[in-house]
Amino acid sequence: MRRSLLFMPGNNPAMLQNSDVFEADAVIYDLEDAVSVTEKDAARVLVANFIGARKAAFPMEIVVRINGLDTDFYAEDLNAVVSDKIDTIMLPKATLETLIELDKILTDIENKKNLTKKIGVIPIIELACSVLEIDQIAKAPRVNGILLGAEDLTSDLEVSRTKKGDEILYARQRVVMACAAYKLDSIDTPFTDTNDEDGLQTDSNFALGLGFTSKAAIHPNQVGVINSTFVPTMDKIKWALRVEQANKAALEKGLGVFSLDGKMVDKPIIERAKKILVKAKRYNLI
Amino acid sequence: MKIGVCGSLESNDALITVKPSEKQEIVIKSIVYDFFHEQIEQVIKDTLKEVNKENLSVLCEDKGALDYTIKSRLLTAIKRMEEK
Amino acid sequence: MKNILGREVPQGFKAFNGSSEYKKVQFNRISKKKTSDGVIMLDSYADLFDKLGITDGMTLSFHHHLRNGDYVLDEVCKEIKKRDLKNMGFAPSSIFPNYSSMVELIENGNITSISTDYANGPVAAAISNGKLKDLFVMYTHGGRPVAIESGDLRIDVAILAVPTVDKNGNGTGEIGKSACGSLGYAVSDLMYADKVVLVTDNLVDSIEEPFLDGKYVDYVLKVDAIGDPAGIVSGTTKITKDPVGLKIARLAAAALDKIGLIKDGVSMQTGAGGTSLAVASFVKKMMQERGIKGSFASGGITGYFTDMLEEGLFDELYDVQCFDLSAVQSIAKNKNHHGMSGSRYASCFDDNVVDKLDFVILGATEIDLDFNVNVTTDSHGLIMGGSGGHSDTAHGAFVTVITTNLIKSRMPIIKEKVTTVTTPGEDVDILVTERGIAVNPKRQDILDKLSKSGLPVCTIEELLEKAYEITGTPSKPVQSKEPVGVVVYRDGTVIDTIYKI
Repeated sequence: MRRSLLFMPGNNPAMLQNSDVFEADAVIYDLEDAVSVTEKDAARVLVANFIGARKAAFPMEIVVRINGLDTDFYAEDLNAVVSDKIDTIMLPKATLETLIELDKILTDIENKKNLTKKIGVIPIIELACSVLEIDQIAKAPRVNGILLGAEDLTSDLEVSRTKKGDEILYARQRVVMACAAYKLDSIDTPFTDTNDEDGLQTDSNFALGLGFTSKAAIHPNQVGVINSTFVPTMDKIKWALRVEQANKAALEKGLGVFSLDGKMVDKPIIERAKKILVKAKRYNLI
Repeated sequence: MKIGVCGSLESNDALITVKPSEKQEIVIKSIVYDFFHEQIEQVIKDTLKEVNKENLSVLCEDKGALDYTIKSRLLTAIKRMEEK
Repeated sequence: MKNILGREVPQGFKAFNGSSEYKKVQFNRISKKKTSDGVIMLDSYADLFDKLGITDGMTLSFHHHLRNGDYVLDEVCKEIKKRDLKNMGFAPSSIFPNYSSMVELIENGNITSISTDYANGPVAAAISNGKLKDLFVMYTHGGRPVAIESGDLRIDVAILAVPTVDKNGNGTGEIGKSACGSLGYAVSDLMYADKVVLVTDNLVDSIEEPFLDGKYVDYVLKVDAIGDPAGIVSGTTKITKDPVGLKIARLAAAALDKIGLIKDGVSMQTGAGGTSLAVASFVKKMMQERGIKGSFASGGITGYFTDMLEEGLFDELYDVQCFDLSAVQSIAKNKNHHGMSGSRYASCFDDNVVDKLDFVILGATEIDLDFNVNVTTDSHGLIMGGSGGHSDTAHGAFVTVITTNLIKSRMPIIKEKVTTVTTPGEDVDILVTERGIAVNPKRQDILDKLSKSGLPVCTIEELLEKAYEITGTPSKPVQSKEPVGVVVYRDGTVIDTIYKI
């Protein structure tokens, strides 16, 4: 479960050093777009040693964005960074085909390195063809969330990327739908103007309204807005608490269905209330 | 002459230059020299030992890098030197 | 001799014995200077030296309101060099990087004693290197007026740069091409120096509301320019965008809120640094959202606070020094934006403003496990700052918050012992870093409120541990035992000694 996923450039020691203090639910150490071709070798070693050197557990999920399977870098990236200390690999320009390939490579490395855990995968949807096969992608092995990558997607579509985002509406809705269907985190594309906090809030509200569960951040200063947006509102939490109480009372009386505020409450509503309460507890809202 | 360089002179980074040498030579220039030069030297020595390349000349120009950064820059510098 | 903090006190100085000891002392002011019967106009700096009979061994004082744009101190240095005067004392209220012409005079024995409240740049470095003959004396902004008014710091001639002066010797900093706003640090010099010269580049017939009273002024020198406006109002007065700084600021503001300080009538002071201003911006947001109106803000004033004044978030500003152009413009037009003297600001023997502060946000170069703070030297012992109003406000304010990065380029900011004590730990209440908040165990009241707040509160020892885990344990460089200066607490006692490097 995530609200915010914060990108951190993999070859920048000053930013790595502080990457755990910004209260992001996940930090994505980036070996791809944030690292120039001539520094790919340095970045993967630095990220691996940064993660490896840490004695205490990280307070957040550790994600590494590797270079795409269409590059010369991904194999060395994976060999360098995969360990028990990371949780998730983020795969750029993901397709069903590359996800299946990645699963094989990860299984190999996990066996070779005797990992005690199974590494998860977050595919980035940034090709038109990936939007079309998103229900397959959502079912692919290891996938526990899907990130929409609007910058590359709009370039594939040959349209302009706008703040309003009409050009990515369809893709956003496909991501939300697929993730909801397969119980994955749906992660909205980052808002790229790091100086526009109001714009970030508007964009986050819109994504929340579409059904996204989380949003990626490209600057630590974006994490606060995202964390406070992708949580249940206090009204919803209060409602969920009342449903929980009423449900408890009904169970004690042996009732399966009961009513609250004059409305029938049945299983889907109880489940919905439970989900809200899980999130609220997770983020210390109750 | 084979030479390998990695890192930068940005804050919290180190620029490391390595070249082959008859014996181990380590030169450290650091903005935190008075407080950490022994620790920096130890990291360099340990890393050289770890990769079995003890006879190298290493120049470390440090801008407050942590141990893992110095180690990483050194490892990549050695790799770059060998790939030349 | 050692003081109560275990710090060495050179012979001839009184030892610091606690920040409230001044209450036990009977303060005797020397009498103010003789008032003059009209001012004498001077032609040039040479004329100034001739008419005033400035000669070997005299002490000259200056204020630092023109900051890095000041021309006057440099012109005086040139004249001293030309005349090869020896054993001069200099008492500027602060020393900036552009005061570099002092260095040669120090090296040649023209200037042999210096006192100030803050020093940064080549002069500070020369002193750290042991070039000054006498011990360098570092006061606080509140302590310097005390030293002057008690006669500890005797000034033969105060040479005060004043942006606008009238024919009767009245002066103001609010108008003129070299306007700098408040002239708070010039007031004690004006009233207690043996002789007073105002140097101006804007001579007018009369000034409506002068800040400096002409009755104390003996001479006026009109020159082409007293300073470079670009250097006068520099200062870093923008809110930080650095995410670590913002995280610290957010935590600090949240802590102030949980302590219950964000309330109607609140009074506050922050430094002009980016993180301090960010704290102010988060406090401002809370005040706006909850309709809270504060009483006053004080200290060196920035545009950030003048905006809050104009928005009605404070009733008044008490301004000892303007940090930027907005502050200069505001003090000239807003009647609730008051100039004040250094004494009124922070003297422990005056009805001072800092004692009325609810909270102050301050920085630290180092802080130790006893909460002692160093803003005077770096970790090598090099002079690069000074108290200014640090220890004055820390003592006065109900809650003193130190905001700082836990680590700056591999150096943990928390030490077992600070290199130099500027502000005693007994006056420091909360340390806020990006990796946690530590409360001085002396403030159980604050600890009670914060420990249940959900904020990341831990002990300062735990914070030091966290820092060492990241950086490794730094070794301790060997410090020289040769003193070059003293840090004088606001009551005139020595809180620490500064050593040669």
